[in-house]
Amino acid sequence: MKAFESRINTASDSFAQNRADMLALVERMRMLEARAAAKSEQRRPVFDKRGQLSPRERLAALLDPSMPFVELYNMASYLVDDPNPETSIPGASIILGIGYVSGVRCMVFVDDAGINAGAMTGKSVDKALGAIDIALKQKLPFIHLVESAGADLMRYTVELWAHGGGMFAGLARLSAAGNPVITVLHGASTAGGAYQPGLSDYVIGVKGNGMAMLAGAALVQAATGEIAKDADLGGAEMHAEVTGLVEYLAEDDAHGIEIARDVVAGLGWQSCAEASKDYEVPKYPGEELAGAIPVDYRKPYDMRELAARIVDGSRLRDFKPDYGPATICLQAHIMGQPVGILGNNGPIDPDGATKATHFLQAMDQAGTPVVFLGNTTGYMVGTEYERAGMIKHGSKMIQAVTNLRVPKISLYTGASFGAGNYGMCGHAFGADFLFTWPNAMTGVMGGEQAALTMEQVARRTAERKGVEVDEARLAKQSAGIAAHFDNQSDAFFTSGRMLDMGMIDPRDSRAVIGFCLATCMEARRRELNPNAFGVGRA
Amino acid sequence: MIQFNSILVANRGEIALRIMRTSRAMGISCIAIYTEADADSPHVAFADQAVCIGTGPVGDSYLDATKVLAAARETGAQAVHPGYGFLSENADFARGCAEAGLIFIGPSAEAIALMGNKAAAKRRMIEAGVPCVPGYEGADQSLAVLQSEAEKIGYPVMIKAAAGGGGRGMRLVTQADDLAAALDLAKSEALSAFGSDEMILEKAVMRPRHVEIQVFADASGHTIHLGERDCSVQRRHQKVVEEAPCPVMTPELRAEMGAAAVEAARAITYLGAGTVEFLLDESGAFYFLEMNTRLQVEHPVTEMVTGLDLVALQIRAARGEALGIEQKDVALQGHAIEVRLYAEDPGQGFLPQSGPIQHWQPATGAGIRVDAGIVSGQEVSAFYDPMLAKLIAHGATRAEALESLIGALGDTVLFGPACNRDFLIDVLSHEDFAKGAATTSFIGDHFDSLPEAEVGSADLALAAVLIYQADQAALATTAGLQPELLGWSSQGALQTRMVLEDHGGVQTVLLCQSGDGIRVIVGEAEHHLQQQRGCLRLDGLRVDLRSHLLAEDTLYLATGTRQLKVTRLRAGSKSGSAAGGGEVRAPMHGNLLEVCVSAGDPVAVGSRLAVLEAMKMQHEILAEVAGVVTEVAAVAASQVKAGDLLVQIEKDKATEESK
Repeated sequence: MKAFESRINTASDSFAQNRADMLALVERMRMLEARAAAKSEQRRPVFDKRGQLSPRERLAALLDPSMPFVELYNMASYLVDDPNPETSIPGASIILGIGYVSGVRCMVFVDDAGINAGAMTGKSVDKALGAIDIALKQKLPFIHLVESAGADLMRYTVELWAHGGGMFAGLARLSAAGNPVITVLHGASTAGGAYQPGLSDYVIGVKGNGMAMLAGAALVQAATGEIAKDADLGGAEMHAEVTGLVEYLAEDDAHGIEIARDVVAGLGWQSCAEASKDYEVPKYPGEELAGAIPVDYRKPYDMRELAARIVDGSRLRDFKPDYGPATICLQAHIMGQPVGILGNNGPIDPDGATKATHFLQAMDQAGTPVVFLGNTTGYMVGTEYERAGMIKHGSKMIQAVTNLRVPKISLYTGASFGAGNYGMCGHAFGADFLFTWPNAMTGVMGGEQAALTMEQVARRTAERKGVEVDEARLAKQSAGIAAHFDNQSDAFFTSGRMLDMGMIDPRDSRAVIGFCLATCMEARRRELNPNAFGVGRA
Repeated sequence: MIQFNSILVANRGEIALRIMRTSRAMGISCIAIYTEADADSPHVAFADQAVCIGTGPVGDSYLDATKVLAAARETGAQAVHPGYGFLSENADFARGCAEAGLIFIGPSAEAIALMGNKAAAKRRMIEAGVPCVPGYEGADQSLAVLQSEAEKIGYPVMIKAAAGGGGRGMRLVTQADDLAAALDLAKSEALSAFGSDEMILEKAVMRPRHVEIQVFADASGHTIHLGERDCSVQRRHQKVVEEAPCPVMTPELRAEMGAAAVEAARAITYLGAGTVEFLLDESGAFYFLEMNTRLQVEHPVTEMVTGLDLVALQIRAARGEALGIEQKDVALQGHAIEVRLYAEDPGQGFLPQSGPIQHWQPATGAGIRVDAGIVSGQEVSAFYDPMLAKLIAHGATRAEALESLIGALGDTVLFGPACNRDFLIDVLSHEDFAKGAATTSFIGDHFDSLPEAEVGSADLALAAVLIYQADQAALATTAGLQPELLGWSSQGALQTRMVLEDHGGVQTVLLCQSGDGIRVIVGEAEHHLQQQRGCLRLDGLRVDLRSHLLAEDTLYLATGTRQLKVTRLRAGSKSGSAAGGGEVRAPMHGNLLEVCVSAGDPVAVGSRLAVLEAMKMQHEILAEVAGVVTEVAAVAASQVKAGDLLVQIEKDKATEESK
């Protein structure tokens, strides 16, 4: 395979401009992450007083030093409960990701008790469900560091409560599927939350602070008039001695985490990773992704430039480059793992769709994972394309994407509009992993396009009715529509609504994809020991 | 002529190896003795035969003449080399050897006995015209007599055990008021060390140099000297640095002191190797101190400047052969300096240390000699002297030897028990030592109270990074992970948290990958470490890292000037942090001589709580907090282990709050 020859001049003004634009967006993402951390840090005096570690300290203590960690759903809840971009806090009061604990790749779920005492936000349930789904699919042990005030009664909705049951169903499924569930009770785990330890295979309770009960002292008094103490209702010590809900008592947070690490080490969870192979790093560094790629999806670029900055040695093999040329099919390696890459250099036309279908099926046949690098405004429209069978060719492609048996990793790098989103393995298409760049725009169509469409509809209606077009009103309507669409398309908005699994720095694309590929391949090699009902607690 | 072709070396450690090397080169078979505690010692492995003579304590093994002689009989040894220490200056043992038909490689039992009693020795030297320090060596040991004699000599006076050596049972008294107390301590030390509490008094020659002359005599009475060694650098009368020649020596003075030493040897019909120790004052006057009737620890410096093998000469003398060398043939070439590497912690009052040697890597190179008795993996036992090795450097000039020795210390790595390596580097690097101006008060003047070896934030950062990298390397292989993902997180800066302990201080350290390096936050301080072409840079400066090792959770690291030991505390493994500092624990293994308090006693900071005898020294255990004794957990005259609870003090609230 030949190394790709880039045509991008990294010394050019446009490169500098693209880079500045992209880094500003990355900066915004980091600022939002930091906002969550800062908010959480405000609770430091409480943690200190109780002799606790902060949630981020718990995470750092849990993870193997210097081993990679991919955070999931980092923007979840952004602009959901709080529509103000200047104050909204991302993260859904959960820190979630895949990382290593005692040398084992695990799903790590940390309640961010620093934010509203860990009370659930509008997206917390979805984030938990996402975590469980990914853990099930990737056969990962599931570790939950618990300290949560539970559901936020001020934001109660009946759907959220009903929907929330899925978390417990998920835990039951994880245990039955053979994924050990390990919980450290750092603080409260009340009401529904109490089923978190109940449904875990291993529970570590921190003395003094760890707590699990169906109802805390306040609710008990309200319900039965009994005046009870929290420690008697559900203290870790009580559970260790009386109910057996706690297997291991820990002196403090750090000790609890150390026990959790020991439990993982003792799982005998064999590494299903293959010995690392020798491979080349990209000839063009990933750092150049900020600069090489325009932030604005309306500026066309060659997707091969992006792929070349992700794959080993920047070596690409073009599949049918001259047939349906706007749809790019590439074969390459990422960290030694062979991959097929499907990308866009524009809208998908019938030739592109059939080529993509052929390519995807060939990848599936060979067992080669597929990486989707999406930047498309959709399937081509117009008489010529309709007559060429755009609908059936597009459908064929969507069938292939949906039913691929190999790992699918999808990345939103620019536009992801209309059915193009579906064809490029968007939110609903079962990607093993789906991440977004901060510049991506996702939606049924661009705001401008939507505005123009509605303007055309209005003009045609006016013409049919023979009335004069109110240009001023039409202009106002167009602007409104454009804003309505574009606001919802913005990556920060879509990521807040969990239409992807997280937002990443474009420069991390190779690392994220490499890590996720390894996660998927490890899962494919792993045989779990499933049982019918999960591990029943004694 | 007496022939023998096997030698039992009645010693251990470096000197046993040293003797066996020469013996083997001379075609003599080597027999080692050892204890169960010493089973892994290299001297056992080196020997042609080895006999286990006890479990561990010296009284039941190396100091037990009956057992040593039995071992000799059992193995058919024909000669015995006693080395230094242990039975080397025990006249009864020398006599026992003779009675058992063994050649004792050393002087006659009479010569040993005579020089073994300081008082008798001094009287004999005065008779022989050897200059002596004014003093009292009388048999009347009553306090009143000793007090009046001390007045007569004039303070300051030195009290010494008549039967002693090596600094034990020795005290400097600067005023009359202190005499009685000092006598008590010295007598008790002497009694337990030598079985006799007879004391002598001497005028203390202030700020003298300790200069000793190596003498050799053959059976025909031919006696020569091999020049001097300056052993002025001493800590509590234990030699730390020795060199030859003495920096202030002149050929005339050497001839004069040499002649006096030879006269001293002749006066007692000496045989073999002996050392006549003198105090040399600033005016060039010298006084006989004592004669050591054995091979000295510091004999290698003489070997390096004379080119002679002193053990070979000892064997020749013992065989009745002529030395084969005349006084005029003795030529001193260049300069040699020796330092003694001890398993002791300078930061904790030089407390002897024991435990496994994780890694031992002695320096090598031209002009460097390392006499060691240890190997990696061996356990340093609390039963024996903590000296592990000697490093000796030879150079054309003193400056050259000094530079070479400092370099060699930097190249030497000892991980495991704390050792005095860095202290030795500091001593050698001191300008007074470099000038050759060190007297016996040098260490007291300049290194009296060593600050507890405080590990700074930069050191902790370095240690943390080394632990981090070791973890990284270990994890990367187990998980089959691609190296480029190490240290990476999609979060940008994921922190690793480590709790490190050093000398009881506990510090949380945060690390995160940052650009091309690792950012380390230690308390208020922040450091940046980078790895560039195999070399580590700390805040931009190259780290002179010689070696490092992570054993379990303890990181050992050595730079050219510093050896550090930092332990990562795992949660739940809180080091026995004393509840409020009122728990007084044994600082080392030893025999608890005395418990000075009982439950209910009030104590002040500095109150004497107990006396522990370990490594031949008596250590006073003092209260670090004021309060009331609530429990005495140990009984006097019992063996205690390091870390055993001795006394529990309930802290005085008022004093604590006022802190």
